[in-house]
Amino acid sequence: MEVEQTVLPGIGLRHEFATRDGRRIGVVSHRTGRRDLVIYDPDDPDRACEVVKLNDEEADALVELLGAPRIVQRLNALHRDVEGLVSLQLPILAGTPYAGRPMGDARVRTRTGASIVAVVRAGQVSASPGPEFALAPGDIVVVVGSPESTAAVADIFSQG
Amino acid sequence: MHHTAILFLEFGAVLLGLGVLGALALRAGISPIPLYLIAGLAFGTGGILPLATSEEFIATGAELGVILLLLTLGLEYNADELVTSLKGNARAGLVDLVLNAAPGAIAALLLGWGPVAAVAMAGVTYATSSGITAKVLSDLGWIGNRETPVVLSLLVFEDLTMAVYLPILTAMLSGLSLAAGAVTVAIALGTVSVVLLVALRYGRFIEAFVASPNSEVLLLKVIGLALLVAGVAQQLQVSAAVGAFLVGIALSGELAHEAQALLAPLRDLFAAVFFVFFGLQTDPSKIPPVAALAALLAFVSMITKLATGAYAARRAGIARAGRARAGIALIPRGEFNIVIAGLAVAAGAHPDLGPLAATYVLILAAFGPLAARLVQPLITAIAKRA
Repeated sequence: MEVEQTVLPGIGLRHEFATRDGRRIGVVSHRTGRRDLVIYDPDDPDRACEVVKLNDEEADALVELLGAPRIVQRLNALHRDVEGLVSLQLPILAGTPYAGRPMGDARVRTRTGASIVAVVRAGQVSASPGPEFALAPGDIVVVVGSPESTAAVADIFSQG
Repeated sequence: MHHTAILFLEFGAVLLGLGVLGALALRAGISPIPLYLIAGLAFGTGGILPLATSEEFIATGAELGVILLLLTLGLEYNADELVTSLKGNARAGLVDLVLNAAPGAIAALLLGWGPVAAVAMAGVTYATSSGITAKVLSDLGWIGNRETPVVLSLLVFEDLTMAVYLPILTAMLSGLSLAAGAVTVAIALGTVSVVLLVALRYGRFIEAFVASPNSEVLLLKVIGLALLVAGVAQQLQVSAAVGAFLVGIALSGELAHEAQALLAPLRDLFAAVFFVFFGLQTDPSKIPPVAALAALLAFVSMITKLATGAYAARRAGIARAGRARAGIALIPRGEFNIVIAGLAVAAGAHPDLGPLAATYVLILAAFGPLAARLVQPLITAIAKRA
């Protein structure tokens, strides 16, 4: 896939690409920080038929919505390639022992040998969270290790 | 009544009137520039309500307006963008220059106004209003369109051409001999190249000098620097406007945005004064005799801009509908054309030049954005059928 970058003098930058279905989409990055999500007209491929203006916060939200599942997917794909390594996505349910506590309290690496590589919260990925990271109900913990160690982590988060 | 009292009364009435006209323009979705010109016509010699005392004050304000217009225009671009645009679009830019300078120059020569007026009129028909066009692009949601970079780089090319053209025009208008004129033009070209080079290589030093966390200090420094360079440029016969434009180009990045935001209200105030002043200098009774000519010139140069846009867009691989949009976006004329005509009028060009330029810009500043708005659904329909 090729992303085309064009300078818009006096305005900023535009990136665009064509999807596999032949639709063109792009992003205009204004110097002011505004982002326009642009969808091109299939009948008139040079015309933006939809322009959605996004401020910084909205652009971040969109990125995370689109990006978070992709990161987990890629992580899974990565681990599939390494024999004997498994990655699990473990939901932290309300009422379980570590909901609302710093992650370090679970002492996952010491007890099982598996590693927590990311926590996904409301579509946002926190990569390599530290021991002080407070887990909340609804978080998804991404853990990597051998099949046995990751299963042990699942037990720790569900039963303590 | 006291002199100061009359000055305030008149100037206040003018500004208030402009505010009301601006609100009307906003509601109608057109550029306020034509309305400002009409207001100037009404207040000027032979108008319905001639000003008595504030004309001199307005004249100075108008000069400041030109400086601020060009300074903020320069701030929009940085030197890198200018160089890239020049490299990639030189051919389309030259087509633009030849096609669109021709109508004005030919008209002036046919009218027997002489070569100097021909050069001035060439500038009047050549330059697209980057201000109005940028507004049309953003109002109609065309900024994301794939033909838009073509339009924007043509505007950049035109603005750079102005940096070379204005000194030439200034030299010709001041009636310098060929040799002295050539020296002036050489100085101008040298200055433009040096400033571009300095901006590219050492822009950060200028920025370091100008930068300040305090907006008041920043404002004073930027305007002070611009006026100083404008004054030097004027003294060298390079045109004050070009000096201010070059200062704008030399400043870039975050600093340029801040300065732009700070200068915007000042620019709006003095630019409006500038358009009024041009109207003031024009006697409305001189307009009817040149109206037909202005309409014809406007029509011809609309066609040439359409052709320019279509050509440039085709070179960039844009489909038919996009080519039409590129041409239409380039139609509006505005601030630069009036700046050029203003220089010519101040230097005592043919008495019909001012009214002709005013009428011409009135037509295209008003009609350009309207055309884009009206034609948009038509183009879409054609694209759907094709």
